[in-house]
Amino acid sequence: MSRSKPLSPHLQIYRPQLTSVLSITHRATGVFLSAGTALLVYWLASIASGPECYAAAQRILETTLAQIVLVGWTWAFFYHLCNGLRHLAWDAGYGFELKTAYRSGYIVIASSLFLTGLIWGCILAQTGGAA
Amino acid sequence: MAEFSLPKNSQVLPGKRVEAAAGAKRARNIRVYRYDPDSGENPRLDTYEIDLDKCGPMVLDAIIYIKNEIDPTLTFRRSCREGICGSCAMNIDGTNTLACTKATESVKGDVKIYPLPHMPVHKDLVPDLTHFYAQYASIKPWLQTDTAPPPDRERLQSKEDREKLDGLYECILCACCSTSCPSYWWNSDRYLGPAILLQAYRWLIDSRDEATGDRLDNLEDPFRLYRCHTIMNCAKTCPKNLNPAQAIAEVKKMMLTRTL
Repeated sequence: MSRSKPLSPHLQIYRPQLTSVLSITHRATGVFLSAGTALLVYWLASIASGPECYAAAQRILETTLAQIVLVGWTWAFFYHLCNGLRHLAWDAGYGFELKTAYRSGYIVIASSLFLTGLIWGCILAQTGGAA
Repeated sequence: MAEFSLPKNSQVLPGKRVEAAAGAKRARNIRVYRYDPDSGENPRLDTYEIDLDKCGPMVLDAIIYIKNEIDPTLTFRRSCREGICGSCAMNIDGTNTLACTKATESVKGDVKIYPLPHMPVHKDLVPDLTHFYAQYASIKPWLQTDTAPPPDRERLQSKEDREKLDGLYECILCACCSTSCPSYWWNSDRYLGPAILLQAYRWLIDSRDEATGDRLDNLEDPFRLYRCHTIMNCAKTCPKNLNPAQAIAEVKKMMLTRTL
């Protein structure tokens, strides 16, 4: 028997559930936020580089694609923030009851969506729809 | 390093299908992971259609029925059939649990049964738990003391101190939690996993144990303890309704408070 033992299936068969889905989303939003920071730096650098550069950056950021990325980035920020608070409570030893963990999970999803809606509502109200 | 797909020799191929006898009133498809180490072939997923009227109510009853009546080569571990030995831990309907306490009727549609996830497989539903047990041994799961016991009686414990072991001593080491944990999947070579860490905590808070410092030293490691990212799959899947995630958080707290 030279053949090595097979590895049993894992990701392929394990049922996705709130616990694992929110956890991997936390990591994904973290990566996305880091990547988005480069965009923020680009925007700030364009301001420092003079009016033409800034105008060019603004033109890029006002495209529909860039706006979608920005909405996604805002949501990633609020999700990471809210779930980060959830992790803070866990690290202090609170909220481990399965029921509580599920409730706090749903609260994180709802509040991240609400805060994203709120901030973009404010932006749209200020710019009159043309962000 | 995390590898998200299965190695070539582990990919599960479609298997054979066995129909239930004619006249079955409550026919149900039981789909079982099969691997025969002697065949040199890849694992496969066989389907056995069985009449639930002909066997007991639990998934364990269903696979015992298959072994007795259809295919005697089907291999799995089982012993107590009442959720106290932990032998029949397997992945049923996408989550890890004990086949003996999982009702077949609680699964909607086909009942899919795999071995505990991300483990080397000896045969069919029998995973290799050698490494898991070695990790258990590494935490020295016994009472360690420096002082001599009282000459006339056992080491006694107050009622309150005894209560601290509730929710921990019930663990049967079935490995459902550890093999549900993505962190354990990717780093089981160095991360101890929820079951072993819950056991570690069981000795850390035992009022009679005198090796707390050594035990914490042993766990103070970026991998052994700190690969827990509070995913909570462990608490979700535990067939005894224990909470390994909470026990691990308590260990992390002990790490912190001892430095203050």
